[in-house]
Amino acid sequence: MKALTVRNIVVGALLLFLALVPVYSQMTGNLFLMTLFTRIVILAIAAVSLNLIMGFGGMVSFGHAAYLGIAGYAVGILAHEGVNSGFVQWPVALLACALFALVTGALSLRTRGVYFIMITLAFAQMIYYVGVSLDRYGADDGLTIYRRSDFGGWINLSNKTVFYYVCFGFLMLTCYLVWRIVNSRFGMVIRGARSNLRRMRAIGFPCFRYQLTCFVIAGVLCGLSGILLANHTDFVSPAVMHWTRSGDLIVMAVLGGMGSVLGPVMGAVALLVLEEWLPHAISVVGQFVTGKPVVAAKEYWALILGPMLLLVVLFARGGIDGLLEKIRRG
Amino acid sequence: MLLFIEQTLNGLQFGLLLFLLAAGLTLVFGIMDLVNLAHGSLYMIGAYFAATFAALTGSFVFAVMLALVATLIVGMAVEVIALRRLYGRDHLDHVLGTFGLLLFFNEFVRLVWGPAGLSLPLPSWLNTSFPIFPGVYYPTYRLMIIVVALAVAALLYLVVMRTRVGMLIRAGASNREMIGALGINIKLLYTFVFGLGAALAGLAGMMQAPILTVQIGMGENILILAFVVIIIGGIGSIRGAFVASILVGLIDTVGRAFLPDVLKLFLSNAAASTAGPALSSMLIYLVMAVILVWRPEGLFPAASK
Repeated sequence: MKALTVRNIVVGALLLFLALVPVYSQMTGNLFLMTLFTRIVILAIAAVSLNLIMGFGGMVSFGHAAYLGIAGYAVGILAHEGVNSGFVQWPVALLACALFALVTGALSLRTRGVYFIMITLAFAQMIYYVGVSLDRYGADDGLTIYRRSDFGGWINLSNKTVFYYVCFGFLMLTCYLVWRIVNSRFGMVIRGARSNLRRMRAIGFPCFRYQLTCFVIAGVLCGLSGILLANHTDFVSPAVMHWTRSGDLIVMAVLGGMGSVLGPVMGAVALLVLEEWLPHAISVVGQFVTGKPVVAAKEYWALILGPMLLLVVLFARGGIDGLLEKIRRG
Repeated sequence: MLLFIEQTLNGLQFGLLLFLLAAGLTLVFGIMDLVNLAHGSLYMIGAYFAATFAALTGSFVFAVMLALVATLIVGMAVEVIALRRLYGRDHLDHVLGTFGLLLFFNEFVRLVWGPAGLSLPLPSWLNTSFPIFPGVYYPTYRLMIIVVALAVAALLYLVVMRTRVGMLIRAGASNREMIGALGINIKLLYTFVFGLGAALAGLAGMMQAPILTVQIGMGENILILAFVVIIIGGIGSIRGAFVASILVGLIDTVGRAFLPDVLKLFLSNAAASTAGPALSSMLIYLVMAVILVWRPEGLFPAASK
């Protein structure tokens, strides 16, 4: 298993790269790169947490971005009311996510398949409109967070490098946790319930309880990502909960490959780097072809990204991870 | 009372518009088992076509007809080029693939028509009011939407339940291999169904266009409502989609109009004016969640597959 396959080399290289981003950034003075990758690492946490229920549990949630918003608003509202201590903010945010996941999960798990996708979407939409209606906290325009979570003298989240490593550490922790869960007895039940729920029930497992627990764990992990995101952008608005954000998270997981714990990390990196890099690539190619700078073409990066996603679905089943596996098999 | 009649009619009109969108979605979903997030893009494309042709020809009716044909062709082309290959795949693959299409269409429209919205002006003969009761006037155009949508619904019912093509569609929904084995060109049938759904979505878009502006992303929020409709109605059931879309249209419109006032009876003015809009936006999703908890397969579950 520990063989030096193409996939393992790529994954190892990616993790090494992620670990060294701040070093490179400091050396070249390219702070933008670090800001971009902080965002990528944070959203990768959300994608990994989604994949726990979606890839391993077969529970496709189309409302996962709700947790980004709930946790973000918990941090933002507490900060707005003068509570800056991270020791208060973080547990409150995670608890709020757990509660939301517990209630919506218990109701959603009564349904199956596409109905499950849509009921999770419905709950996320409800929270989205709650965010829109929070007049005291900026409503549609969002809420600026003037101070990042304060951990006394322990950790200074306002330092970009420190913050990056905090996020990276949490990503590694999340991946480790999900990996442990998936390979535990609990994880076996969850995976069993995905492949054949009726059989698992017949064996005598109370699958509902297992699935609900898994749903709550994923919600809390995504809440962690939401806390970090709010701290990263110093801002929270209903837009982070829009259904297209939930769609983005699904895209990351499917693009990277849902079969493994680290697949969504690759998906998050691929999607967000493409979003950032395609405009530049288009203008460079455009200049090469037409011989003059084409500024306007930059805007149309989605014209390429869209069909690209379609091609991945059509020809690379199992996402990037599946593609790398295929190379090994030849 | 007058306001109530007007809002109910508005709700009915919005519901019927939703039905046009949801009918195509539920057909594609029920028959090809395809989750199509790009359905809202066809709604948008329809509106853009109508606005363009109206500017070119100067005739509203003519523009709508041309736009219908154009949307039908775009829908069929999308099916043949891309979506045909997605049948029989996992729903997640559909979500990813059609999400890509949605991005593509948004950007494509921006490339062709520019980032600013268009408007589709009403001809003067539609821009009038019509007395539904003596003394009660209602915009003619909205009334026309109701009439046209009801006619389309009746036509759709006749086509699906009373014609040979409709029989094939229903047969294809229940057993794909069997109907193929009987010598029916199932691929062509699917392309036709998808084109039909696209044209219906386009029709909804172009009828909504004079009321709202034609802009990029106009299909995204209404798409989610259409999904709510087909989930409440039961996937694959046109009858369910019809009942559910009118239900959703009425609840949404009437809720938005009256919920803030109703809340004022129980809450302070300030609290009601804050909670009102939020609660009325949430209302539909609340209804959907309750219905799904109560009947996990929707109101009119299509015959089990």
